[in-house]
Amino acid sequence: MSFFERLFGKQEKTAKTVAKDRLRMVLIQDRASIPAPLMEQMRREILAVVRRYADIDERELDLSVEREGEAVALTANIPIRRVRTEIAA
Amino acid sequence: MSTEVAAPVADIENTAAPVAPTAKGRVIVITSGKGGVGKTTTTANIGMALAVLGERVALLDADIGLRNLDLALGLENRIVYDIVDVVEGRAKLRSALIKDKRNANLVFLPAAQTRDKSAVSPEQMKSLVADIQAEGYTFILIDCPAGIEQGFKNATAGADEAIVVTNPEMSSVRDADRIVGLLEAQDLQNPMLIVNRLRPKMVRSDEALGVADVQEVLGNSVKLLGIVPEDERIITSTNRGEPASLDETSLAGKAYRNIARRLRGETVPFLTGSDLEEKEPGFFEKLLHLFGVKNN
Repeated sequence: MSFFERLFGKQEKTAKTVAKDRLRMVLIQDRASIPAPLMEQMRREILAVVRRYADIDERELDLSVEREGEAVALTANIPIRRVRTEIAA
Repeated sequence: MSTEVAAPVADIENTAAPVAPTAKGRVIVITSGKGGVGKTTTTANIGMALAVLGERVALLDADIGLRNLDLALGLENRIVYDIVDVVEGRAKLRSALIKDKRNANLVFLPAAQTRDKSAVSPEQMKSLVADIQAEGYTFILIDCPAGIEQGFKNATAGADEAIVVTNPEMSSVRDADRIVGLLEAQDLQNPMLIVNRLRPKMVRSDEALGVADVQEVLGNSVKLLGIVPEDERIITSTNRGEPASLDETSLAGKAYRNIARRLRGETVPFLTGSDLEEKEPGFFEKLLHLFGVKNN
């Protein structure tokens, strides 16, 4: 906290700023939410591609949309048993 | 802290671009997602304002089961046939279209009151709109039901442009954002935005969202078409069945007339700052009013 902020007391956020911030966050979440059937389809397709390059543990696969601050990321955690040396058919 | 009420005029690229006139009438659906933000009032007022400007306007109430556009227009006593009667072939389009009593350029096709949203399919809506276009109407405005279900899909099916109406308030803006995404899925890109029921005093005191805030949150995919201030005269005009755009003294009416002009491709500055506020009558004005002198 700066000297001036301490001197004058931290300014209370206005109702408008609060509304705008909350709205921005909720829209980030809304825009990034994938319907369950689409998520399942994407999961199957990603698996099919990865399987060609590695032997993976499918039961441990974790695919999710994560949000940190204003950034949204699709993260996949795919445990690999063994990588292939040649692309599988 | 910013105290601006409306979008800066310099923000020109974010304004609705005029569309080149085509031989076929323009079909514009008026949506919002959330109910109660003023879709029907907006449809009635823009429709009337366009008719006053000389356009041939057909208004379509697609809110089947919850008919209301008739009340906003003051035409509820003239209804004989409705949209479902036309779609199912019980009535000819021409005999179902209700002519406005004030302006011969304006007609209206009411929603059916005793049916549900599945009564008109997207294909039927498309062919209905084509039939109305064939009658030579230059603007066809479709009043969409609230929600994102089948009624929304049916109402938007025949449109080639969309207007999203929102209030400068959180849940309404959130739903508007959702609608923008769904419109894109229906191939209606870059919808036009109307911020309705703006409260300039609350925006100035940083208590409520302003137009610039709403635009910023929704992003560049929407193009600002108009700003309509909160205006008590909307209530009285709806009560009388006289769209406020016919009232020269109504601020909201002026905003709707401006929107109609922008839709026709005219560049009209947005109402900002004090233009959006009702002026308190001074002593002299009150005195004049007492003697029955009108002054605007």
